Amino acid sequence: MAHFIDRRLNGKNKSAVNRQRFIRRYKQQIKQAVSDAISKRSVTDLSSGESISIPARDITEPFFHQGQGGVKQRVHPGNDQFSPGDRIPRPQGGAGGSGKGDASADGEGSDDFVFAISKDEYLDLLFEDLALPDLKHNQLDKLVQYKTVRAGYRAEGVPANIDIVRSLRGSLARRIAMSADKKQQLRQAEAELAELELAAVPDELARRALLERISELKQRLAAVPFIDSFDLRFRNYQKKPEPTSKAVMFCLMDVSGSMDQATKEMAKRFYILLYLFLSRSYKNVEVVYIRHHTQAKEVDEQEFFYSQETGGTIVSSALKLMQEIIAKRFNPQEWNIYAAQASDGDNWAEDSPLCAELLSKQILPAVRYYAYIEITPRAHQSLWEQYERLRASQPKLALQHIREVSDIYPVFRELFKKQAA
Amino acid sequence: MRSVALSKGPCLPDGPDWSFELLTQYQQEIARVAAYYQLDTYPNQIEVISAEQMLDAYSSIGMPIGYHHWSFGKKFIQSEQQYKRGYMGLAYEIVINSDPCIAYLMEENTLPMQALVMAHACYGHNSFFKNNYLFRTWTDASSIIDYLVFAKNYVSQCEEKYGIGEVEDFLDSCHALMNYGVDRYKRPQKISMAEEQRRQQEREAFLQSQVNELWRTLPAKANSNPTEARFPAEPQENILYFIEKNAPLLKPWQRELVRIVRKISQYFYPQKQTQVMNEGWATFWHYTLLQHLYDEGRVSDRFMLEVLHSHTSVVLQPPYNSKHYSGINPYALGFAIFTDLRRICEQPTAEDREWFPQLAGSDWLESLHFAMQNFKDESFISQYLSPKVIRDFHLFAITDDSQDSSLEVSAIHNAEGYQQIRQMLSAQYNLSQLEPNIQVQQVNISSDRALTLRYTPHNKIPLGGAIEQLMRHLHRLWGFEVVLEQLDHNNQLSVLARCPTPHHP
Repeated sequence: MAHFIDRRLNGKNKSAVNRQRFIRRYKQQIKQAVSDAISKRSVTDLSSGESISIPARDITEPFFHQGQGGVKQRVHPGNDQFSPGDRIPRPQGGAGGSGKGDASADGEGSDDFVFAISKDEYLDLLFEDLALPDLKHNQLDKLVQYKTVRAGYRAEGVPANIDIVRSLRGSLARRIAMSADKKQQLRQAEAELAELELAAVPDELARRALLERISELKQRLAAVPFIDSFDLRFRNYQKKPEPTSKAVMFCLMDVSGSMDQATKEMAKRFYILLYLFLSRSYKNVEVVYIRHHTQAKEVDEQEFFYSQETGGTIVSSALKLMQEIIAKRFNPQEWNIYAAQASDGDNWAEDSPLCAELLSKQILPAVRYYAYIEITPRAHQSLWEQYERLRASQPKLALQHIREVSDIYPVFRELFKKQAA
Repeated sequence: MRSVALSKGPCLPDGPDWSFELLTQYQQEIARVAAYYQLDTYPNQIEVISAEQMLDAYSSIGMPIGYHHWSFGKKFIQSEQQYKRGYMGLAYEIVINSDPCIAYLMEENTLPMQALVMAHACYGHNSFFKNNYLFRTWTDASSIIDYLVFAKNYVSQCEEKYGIGEVEDFLDSCHALMNYGVDRYKRPQKISMAEEQRRQQEREAFLQSQVNELWRTLPAKANSNPTEARFPAEPQENILYFIEKNAPLLKPWQRELVRIVRKISQYFYPQKQTQVMNEGWATFWHYTLLQHLYDEGRVSDRFMLEVLHSHTSVVLQPPYNSKHYSGINPYALGFAIFTDLRRICEQPTAEDREWFPQLAGSDWLESLHFAMQNFKDESFISQYLSPKVIRDFHLFAITDDSQDSSLEVSAIHNAEGYQQIRQMLSAQYNLSQLEPNIQVQQVNISSDRALTLRYTPHNKIPLGGAIEQLMRHLHRLWGFEVVLEQLDHNNQLSVLARCPTPHHP
């Protein structure tokens, strides 16, 4: 009358499709929530999922029900003080003592609908419609590295590449081919000999001829070599070009006295977005932090964002250092190089032309993309003007101006927008 | 007197860990005792599932198979969130009104819990599904799973043909009117899956031809009389049915979707009407069956203590002024009424002889089965709520008239109040008073094809809900103007809403 079924091993994501449907339907609201979140959230846990909040009134399913008012009669348990005819002041606000849960049912006074999306869903939404700039048409001629792959077998090669199984299989085949007919003749001769010896009067002459033939066959069989250079097979390798998956991201930041912590935080968010974005396209992304005031220095992340410095600003020092590091460690033939420079726009006026020259001659040819963001509420200064001039001839260079935190994500989208083909 | 059939044997192991062998042993013991109490059930199919799977089951309102729709995804995300944050425990079981009766047990339950759940779901609810008159007439346990499979496949076929968005929007509109897809008095027919598929083809063609006939634009015969017949001849309460059969512009597949939503709504209708009875019955039996096993010495003290611990929290009724209070607990009320029913039969007092002359002293098992088979919440309460239960619950009635500045206590648990409380509590479970009464009133067949719905308020309670939005859904289904009017207690007709909203020149 009853049987048990163990369903625990069945798929548990039966609702996955419905969940996807939900996200599909409310994509606009969710995207809005995602881009809001990037400016509100602490930067360190940006790679985890995101908690999304949608106004509950947007997603209610309407249905007809009885409204407030009219005559309602309800029975409640636990009478501890009332007698018939008692009058009770109407409970104000909320369902209170009357116990009617109607307040939220009409879809107005209720909280936002909050739920979590996974890291992947989050990144998909965040970077939807974004593409790596200037990658496609360079991919084949420049961004290749060679990988050695197995490509069958060949008859010549170095001993280290001998494939033993293949070679012995060849040897076995050759030995069978070379000895099969002789073995058959041998068996035949031995059978004849046995027959001869059984006869009443053995024919000595025929017997001797047979014995001679047998020994000759045995000799010839023994002469078939166990292994021959003809049998040897060597593993073959080929070099196959494939697009490199290595990328390096240079973070350049001005840490002179004019950059306060809030400005650095903004820059940091931009770097984190860039890092997340790059890590979706490349397997491993290295990050190089270069900070500068009048001198540039390569530092670790902690120092980059949080150590205090003062002094003037010479941007070209950072560019020079970056160029040295590229020359030393990151061959542009192998690495996809991205750079993002953040600054409040201050620079020695004499230095700015030098920066523009360094960029156009040395750095831009080596990198995939160079983004300059200026975080300042003030008007642009010489550095921006120099870069602006440069941009006309250099498609790899992008300039954006950030005034406040909420600008970061739109600016980021603008920088990496999919270019119409 | 019935003699208790004592089958002496060793105590069954009491866990806490369970295994399938132990579950089978317990199931057999419970089945034996259930047969002794004449519980007539469908065969049981007991499925052990994990917490995640339980969440899945939640989001599809307990249906083992459902078509895809974003609202189920929303429900899933909601329950997942609540569960993860610890706002909500998961049910120990879900049971489905099907033949065989499918019951889900949670993997995390201890052995005593599994036994409790089996007694509750596989013998309590199961026998209720099989024998209560509402379920017998309204649902067909043997075909529901097949129908759900059919519905799921049909919806995904439609999605392939007409696009996910199109189907989803249309289902939204149907869902908004789901409560109005029920025949309250007419009995639905029972059909099998094969039959359903065959008929679906026929229906498509036939329905369309009927609709065409209704809306033909050829000039009517010359002798048509000027006072033309009303359509529909009488008001219709099943709005979805009316739309399925008569909406002028729906495509055949859309009519079928309306039908699917309507059928599923109909399937759940008896459950909505028998909450107190169904839970009370199941709770009464898990208590009685396990207590019987304990009296026989088949289960240990430790086992029974854990069972009683869970049982008491299930039947807990917080008072009106508790912060945990959220209305009357159907488990508690139902359990109390059934338990008291047994007491009235076995040990009647003078009061019981006055209130229940035909029950006092009768065979309790027979009386209980009769009560379970022939009532729904509303009639069950008005028939069986005894003064003792009213006293035990300290029930009192509040009248809330919005004309009045304060609430009035209209009755309490005393001799004068029993009748009134019984009547009011019964009305509180009367679905036709809880759901707004909206019916299809008229269609202007010969002119602008506008559909008029009429709301008749009960106790002057106004209509709630996002009416504008609902009107747009109705408009999507009907395809022409939809008017919602209200007939108030003074017989005054007024228009509540209109879609599309009239634009003033």
